Amino acid sequence: MNPLDGLLALLVFPGLLYALPMGWLMAGSERRIVARLQGRIGPPVTQAFYDCVKLLAKWPVARPLGDTFILTLLPLLAVGCALGALALLPALGGRQGFVGDLILFVGLLEMAPLCAVLAGFASRSVYGAVGAAREAVLGISGNVPFLAALLALAVASGSLSMARIAQAPWAVRLPALLAILACLPVKLRLNPFSVANAEQEILAGPLTEYDGPRLALWELAHGLEWVALTGLVAAFLVPVQGLPRTWGVVLFALASFALVPLLATLAAATARLKVQQATRFLWRWASLAAAVAVIVALIRHGRA
Amino acid sequence: MAALTHPLMRLVDLARRRSPWLFHFNAGACNGCDIELVACLTPRYDVEQLGIRLEGSPRHADILCVTGPVTRTTREALATVYAQIPEPKVVVAIGSCPASGNVFAGSPVIEGPVERIIPVDVFVPGCPPRPGAVVEGIAKAIDILVKRETAAEVAR
Repeated sequence: MNPLDGLLALLVFPGLLYALPMGWLMAGSERRIVARLQGRIGPPVTQAFYDCVKLLAKWPVARPLGDTFILTLLPLLAVGCALGALALLPALGGRQGFVGDLILFVGLLEMAPLCAVLAGFASRSVYGAVGAAREAVLGISGNVPFLAALLALAVASGSLSMARIAQAPWAVRLPALLAILACLPVKLRLNPFSVANAEQEILAGPLTEYDGPRLALWELAHGLEWVALTGLVAAFLVPVQGLPRTWGVVLFALASFALVPLLATLAAATARLKVQQATRFLWRWASLAAAVAVIVALIRHGRA
Repeated sequence: MAALTHPLMRLVDLARRRSPWLFHFNAGACNGCDIELVACLTPRYDVEQLGIRLEGSPRHADILCVTGPVTRTTREALATVYAQIPEPKVVVAIGSCPASGNVFAGSPVIEGPVERIIPVDVFVPGCPPRPGAVVEGIAKAIDILVKRETAAEVAR
């Protein structure tokens, strides 16, 4: 990946210029679809954009300087890392990335939830601390199948490059995708896995003490996470590498967006699980799919 | 500069109008008004189509909805919560209790009405008010919210 390509990936596609409106659209559509399924009209799909502008234009209550510093740094880091993860997605045909970008991708993708955990503890609120602890527990449980699935793909394709593992054989790709799909509502904190931001129990979880522009940054990071995670599934589903660029981009965007109704339906149809139930589901069923992927990948690897 | 900031301010006004987040504070209410406020979120009234969201944290809120006559134990909490809401903010007093103390007026444990503790912008009378009246009160509060900040910007 040459520097210009990298910059374009970061700022244009699948980075900032594509991900910002797409993130707002996805978050807005999710709320809209949930509302329709509950028999309500729901907010317009542009709602997330308005929320973001409004939060940016609020005047936060003054806090001690040390608090302000850490509470501003963490969401900034989360936004930056989510954007970096996005830029590494193999979403554009002909862009090969570099060897080992899978490891960087996983690291960057994990930074936003990690920052949320730190933010919860740093805000020195009881609700923030409880939310952060839940986020950490769920993050670990969700990451076991998620990382195992990515590992299986890497073994099956014999590479640590995102563009290569997106073309892993289907016998491995299917169970791996199932495991990743099961982790999506966990990583996006949607029902039934909205354990960390459970607003009826612990206010807003790790983000309870955030206000104004700093909360807007968190919303922004969350939007970018939406685009990055649905984009990851889309990149594995759609063979963008073989397609002409424009068609690849359109198909990638459509496939990413097609996951939103799926996740929204799940969120509307289910109630929140307890921490224990959620982790049990992840360890038992999501890990099973990931284990199948790993075993198939190892068997194929042994044969070759 | 004015030509540049003007459309931006209009966008901010629009965003404020389309995304008012509520924080609900129960200052010793009997739960009647609280039920009517929550009824506004149900499919029949569905205030979420106006971008309204009931937030768990006062720091996320734009509009503070107070119910109840403000008892001695809730007085300090009310003042704290009001101070935690970032500017611009608007206060809506829902029901007769925060306006006058209602049947609790004169009680030794009542510190209200709410205007003694924090400034109120909109009163929604009723015991309890119907959800339609609550929605109307919040709509008025949104108008005040948008105008308030514009005035502050002009002064600056």
